[in-house]
Amino acid sequence: MLYIKCPHCGLRSQNEFSYGGDATVKRPELNKEISDQEWDNFVYLRKSPRGKHLELWQHISGCRQWIKVERDTLTHEIFTTLKSNEEL
Amino acid sequence: MQKYSVFSLIKNAFKGHKDWEVAWKDPNPKSEYDVIIIGGGGHGLATAYYLAKEHNITKVAIIEKGWIGGGNVGRNTTIIRSNYMHDENGLFSEFGMDLWRNMSQDLNFNVMFSPRGIINLAHSDAQMNVYSRRGNSMRLNGIDAVLLNREEVRKIIPMADFSENVRFPIFGGLMQPSAGTARHDAVAWGYARQADSMGVDIIQNCEVTGFDISNGKILGIRTSKGDIKAKKIGLCVAGSTNILAEKLNMTLPVETHLLQACVSEPIKPILNSVVTFGAGHFYCSQSDKGEMVMGGDLDGYNSYAQRGNLPTLQHVLTEGIAMFPFLSKLKMLRTWGGIMDMSMDGSPIIDKTHIEGLYLNCGWCYGGFKATPASGWTFAHTIAQDKPHELNEGYSLNRFSTGHLIDEKGLGTKTWIS
Repeated sequence: MLYIKCPHCGLRSQNEFSYGGDATVKRPELNKEISDQEWDNFVYLRKSPRGKHLELWQHISGCRQWIKVERDTLTHEIFTTLKSNEEL
Repeated sequence: MQKYSVFSLIKNAFKGHKDWEVAWKDPNPKSEYDVIIIGGGGHGLATAYYLAKEHNITKVAIIEKGWIGGGNVGRNTTIIRSNYMHDENGLFSEFGMDLWRNMSQDLNFNVMFSPRGIINLAHSDAQMNVYSRRGNSMRLNGIDAVLLNREEVRKIIPMADFSENVRFPIFGGLMQPSAGTARHDAVAWGYARQADSMGVDIIQNCEVTGFDISNGKILGIRTSKGDIKAKKIGLCVAGSTNILAEKLNMTLPVETHLLQACVSEPIKPILNSVVTFGAGHFYCSQSDKGEMVMGGDLDGYNSYAQRGNLPTLQHVLTEGIAMFPFLSKLKMLRTWGGIMDMSMDGSPIIDKTHIEGLYLNCGWCYGGFKATPASGWTFAHTIAQDKPHELNEGYSLNRFSTGHLIDEKGLGTKTWIS
């Protein structure tokens, strides 16, 4: 069981959260001409590192806020959690 | 190579089984090979075997960080099937079914292929319609498919929950009678033994630490046992694909996730087919030892842990008990996890790369075991001929940017969206 410290609600079990993937991926700017490659990078391509990974979770059975979690993908250690608008 | 047969068994029994040859040698790496396959799992071993057998390329090495067959080929639920709707997946998998049917003879190794059939249960009229469409698509591609109604399913699996008041009543199911199971370890060992006998070097406990690339061309690899030169290099590393991609400065449409499986204590024979629950993600078969072999969803977040987490296991087994209530009485014997190379459309990648001489075989999601022979066969062809075979043309690396996805179920990496 993972325990994730929601920055809004405090420490809760993994069962209250749903996963949202890599948080470092940036959507291309709206109304800007972009190449297929840029779109490809955003939609499909992922580093998926072994080790520290900054990722999105939603506290879906709690405050329903999206949050950022820095977690180790090998050991599952959670280093920091942030509000969605905060940077590491 | 010593042939395995009832006669060799009797002969060696008289000698107290002391004179059996080793099944494969343990060589030191040479300084140069024609082809290096990275990853000594099912796909890597099969690739080396078909390179030697079909293309006469025998100056081949398999580089394995751990021991052969220690990854996903030793961690799966042994299901073999070709019940796909899309042409690319159906034709590829059905080609593999032919290889499965002849594998024990071909490899002179009993892989215990058991075509016991797979049933995908349907729990609504809408799902019956979807299965009818999938079954028809399969039959158009020459794959056997039978649509079963509720009573026909009940005859095959009377122990499933057919009571009236269940949340997900069984309306029927789609069966592929020629699907089945095989002994997974034997597949790895059978391929390894044959590949070794044809001159392939199987190098275990050897980690790839880097690649030598010059002017966009691969020259060799750096390993914990020294540098090795090669004209061509093939990656068959499943859940470690992203780790090696990082060393190659490549970013792939693949994420690494964890999938768990488990077996119950052994019980008397009760289930003689593979059954999947249609209202969630749970599948079950009974091993020859009597254990119920079960699996289901990914843990749901990027992971390299090779061991699972209980909430997912509980979720999966809840579905199992909804389908087969008797499972609640069984004790769990073992659980384990493997790391999956989840591609973004749920279909694999077998292709060349932008680096000359470097070939990629990955993205198998949860379906890698059944694909072992077809994957090895087509990857060997792609490497030997320097172009994909028509069977794996659709499994291209650039299909994501061109929009030619093969989205069988939309069960790629982003399972949290579905």
